[in-house]
Amino acid sequence: MTRAGLQALLSHWWRHPGQLVMLLAGLMLATALWSGVQAINAEARAAYAQAAGRVDAGARARIVPRAGERLDEAQYVALRRAGWPVSPVVEAHLTAGGATVRLIGIDPITTPSDLIPRAFSGTDSAETLRRFLLPPHLVFAAPDVAAALAEATGAEVRAADDLAPGTAVADVGFVQRLGGAEGLLDRLIVTDAPRALAPPPLETIAPGLVLQPAAPRADLARLTASFHLNLSAFGLLAFAVGLFIAHGAVGLAFEARRGMFRTLRALGLPLWHLMLLIALELALMALVAGAAGMVAGLLIAGALLPDVAASLKGLYGAEVPGTLTLRAQTWVAGMAAALAGAGLAGAGALWQLARLPVLAPAMPRAWARASAHRRALEATGGLALLVAAAALARFGSGLMAGFALMAALLLGAALILPPLLDLCLRLAGRAARGPLSQWFWADARQGLPGLSLAMMALLLALAANIGVGTMVESFRRAFTGWLDQRLAAELYVRARDDAEAERLRAFLAGRSEAVLPLWRVEATVAGVPSFVYGVEDHPTYRENWPLLDALPGVWDRLAAGEAALINEQLARRAGLSPGDTIEILPGWRLEVAGIYSDYGNPTGQVMVALAPFLAHFPDAPRLSHAVRVAPEDAPALARALIEEFGLPAENVVDQAALKRWSLSIFERTFAITAALNVLTLGVAGVAIVTSLAALSGQRLVQLAPVWAVGVERRRLARLELLRALALAALTAALALPLGLALAWVLLAIVNVEAFGWRLPMQLFPLDWLRLVALALLAAALAALWPALRLARMAPARLVQVFAAAR
Amino acid sequence: MENKPALLSARNIRRAFTSAGARLEVLRGVDLSLRHGESLALTGESGSGKSTLVHILAGLELPDAGEVEIEGTPLNRLSEAGRARLRRETIGIVFQQFNLIPSLDAGANIAFQARLAGRHDPDHVTRLAGRLGLAGHLHKYPEELSGGQQQRVAIGRALAARPALILADEPTGNLDEATADEVLALMLELVAEAGAALLMVTHSVRLAARLDRQLQLSRGRIFA
Ligand SMILES: Nc1ncnc2c1ncn2[C@@H]1O[C@H](COP(=O)(O)OP(=O)(O)OP(=O)(O)O)[C@@H](O)[C@H]1O
Ligand SMILES: [Mg+2]
Repeated sequence: MTRAGLQALLSHWWRHPGQLVMLLAGLMLATALWSGVQAINAEARAAYAQAAGRVDAGARARIVPRAGERLDEAQYVALRRAGWPVSPVVEAHLTAGGATVRLIGIDPITTPSDLIPRAFSGTDSAETLRRFLLPPHLVFAAPDVAAALAEATGAEVRAADDLAPGTAVADVGFVQRLGGAEGLLDRLIVTDAPRALAPPPLETIAPGLVLQPAAPRADLARLTASFHLNLSAFGLLAFAVGLFIAHGAVGLAFEARRGMFRTLRALGLPLWHLMLLIALELALMALVAGAAGMVAGLLIAGALLPDVAASLKGLYGAEVPGTLTLRAQTWVAGMAAALAGAGLAGAGALWQLARLPVLAPAMPRAWARASAHRRALEATGGLALLVAAAALARFGSGLMAGFALMAALLLGAALILPPLLDLCLRLAGRAARGPLSQWFWADARQGLPGLSLAMMALLLALAANIGVGTMVESFRRAFTGWLDQRLAAELYVRARDDAEAERLRAFLAGRSEAVLPLWRVEATVAGVPSFVYGVEDHPTYRENWPLLDALPGVWDRLAAGEAALINEQLARRAGLSPGDTIEILPGWRLEVAGIYSDYGNPTGQVMVALAPFLAHFPDAPRLSHAVRVAPEDAPALARALIEEFGLPAENVVDQAALKRWSLSIFERTFAITAALNVLTLGVAGVAIVTSLAALSGQRLVQLAPVWAVGVERRRLARLELLRALALAALTAALALPLGLALAWVLLAIVNVEAFGWRLPMQLFPLDWLRLVALALLAAALAALWPALRLARMAPARLVQVFAAAR
Repeated sequence: MENKPALLSARNIRRAFTSAGARLEVLRGVDLSLRHGESLALTGESGSGKSTLVHILAGLELPDAGEVEIEGTPLNRLSEAGRARLRRETIGIVFQQFNLIPSLDAGANIAFQARLAGRHDPDHVTRLAGRLGLAGHLHKYPEELSGGQQQRVAIGRALAARPALILADEPTGNLDEATADEVLALMLELVAEAGAALLMVTHSVRLAARLDRQLQLSRGRIFA
């Protein structure tokens, strides 16, 4: 009985491959995007767990000379002999092809593996090692300087894209020779290798050296939580869109097989058995589609991971490999998602089947009418969700509330889309005059249930595109404008100790327009961990500083020591506004005279005048300086500083490089967003194609009578195309306000909660126009094939509709 | 009438289908003509090609060979648009089932062809609907009507445009005998009132007897 029943059930798919494709495609896409995002998240989390203890040099303890000079190689040898797990580092700065290259010399045997370029551990590592150590030496360089470096040094240079721009890694001895520093080292890194039992203290072996403890490490998993939450939200959205498609396909298949169910039950198949068979059928499809979706998801993840890795590194200093590892849990989660999706998609239909009398009418329209009640329920639910979203926007707080608001907004809008479209079509039908146009609108209205899921998918995809696009573009404008203001100085120089700082200031005094101190101390202000900066009164600030809000005469009051400026993060977290008072030290209270934007900074900031700053914090390190100089002189001055003082290149940063670096991080951060956007739109396009394909069989019953009474096929085909366009256009029109609402939520709630800053929302109508055009194009392309088929359909096939045994 | 061309004339109509590799000659040289106002019954066993012939006469399909003229216009010389226009303006069609446009209510269905042809007369439609017993059902959609009511709507639509020719392919084949008789009587009455010519396919000899002429289709040819 099972076999025969299953055969009968499955025979339907043979005769309606369009529906089968639609169901499988829906489940597959849902699984693909969801598991792709999950794979990326899993990869990142695994990397954080691994990296607990590694990451960049600042995160490790290091040994450096007490007095700003270089240390002697002999000291290194002595330390190692005594059992200290240290590895040598020397740096040289070369000019190659007009750019300064920071060449880092390491010892590949003792250096922790994560400081070695990935390219090193290639296929033949023994051979690579040999070439690295022996002349003419193999050098790994960031792609931007690889060619120039090869020319300048004559070494064999290999590009390694995990190196920061402008840097290269080579053997320590080779770098010593190139830098004219034979026998000298810049620092020693304390590695993770087990130490000898109780090595003698540093002072006894190398008295001139000091141990700098590792900088307190930020908790990467916590820092990056909002980033991954963002990704997950996108994955969930894609999953929902895929589910819409699968749900639509299951509904169609149930509708079309109603007669078969009736016959099977009349022939004596018990209801529970029938339901079991259908569940089995769904599970079968979920497994097939799930497996295909997993493969597609891993491909997507593999393609996106390098960008994600780059932005995680840029934003949080988190090292995530650019390649994917296959994890069992990813597979299990993906298949579970596919099965759950199929279950969700089929649950409603199964429920309806369970309550259906044996001899329910097999007429599709009767079913559609019966589900009108359900549609009314959905619309009510949609409205309720929108009300909930409004309430969340008004009263909610916290990141989760922000995401809940987004979910309620999107789902609510999707649910009320069909009734809204229905209303629009009814109004259009009323306004129409000719018989054909009246039929056109009535027909579009009647066909709406079959297409509404595809339209929901389109709505969500368009809204997500408009919303996220507006957010990213607003952010880009704000960020670039802000970078221009904040990075007003041409060079940023950091001395290694106070004595060197003194000499630096003297050196720079004659060679620059101004040397502005960037001196700071840590303090807790209004309960928020912050940095307090002492700043000089200078036009650089007065003309450029990105103030969001300020009292009149803000700079004069700051200079007079009467007031302070705070950054937006501090203002939001502590609820401060201009005119409020903050206490920086017990008894030292200042009025807040202004608030400035400070993107990308996780902590609070306070700016006070230099004199009171020094009076209250006499021990503040005075190392960092912003240097104003004619832009064309900046590179030469930077070189001079490096050569004159032997400063490491990271201590002399020029504005242009900093801007380029920041912007490139920004672009890569949102590259994944853009990719996911395109994918969601693609899913919506597939939804339209599959819906139209699944419906095309039923369309003939609607079209043949119109054709028979005198409307030629070509005209009908044009109207079919127009119908898809009209629905897409209406949906796009509704997607616009939804997308803007989404952008507002992202900018005004999610970003504020996740990062502590609020961005001004800007509107980009040209982007909308492009998107709407894209949506129309997608709809037209999706409708083109069925329309062409109709235009060329053999009349014999059309008249079959009227034949007795259809 | 003698100088006027026949309303409908078909000469040597041939049509074959190929399915599953086998060639089936359904019509092997059918000749037929119908004058204005005349009614003609076409009978024949199932599968003899009656529906195929009606589709060809209506210009829905083209024959493999032979010629159909309506009011002197050869159909195969017309473009598809031309044939569509001819159907709108000159021919009313009633099929056995699925005649109606599912998205329009009964009233809109009746008026549809007349409006397409630019001959809409609301009073005429109201009168027709009244005669067909549909007055209370004009706002119902096809799936809310019984089979007999649906066929009456289809007849109303065929007549509303005041066509010169009505082609009916077993218009009552799906109905029980009593309803069939009732619907058919009504149709004959209305067709006669409109002065239109009628070609009706039917299985029923009893029904065929009520028309002016009877022809039989057998082995691809017409017999009187
Ligand atoms: N599109 C087609 N392809 C192949 N064969 C067809 C096609 N249409 C009709 N036929 C065949 O042509 C023959 C005549 O069909 P037609 O529908 O004209 O018969 P009919 O006389 O109307 O029969 P009935 O009284 O059952 O309606 C049948 O054998 C049918 O199988
Ligand atoms: Mg027939």
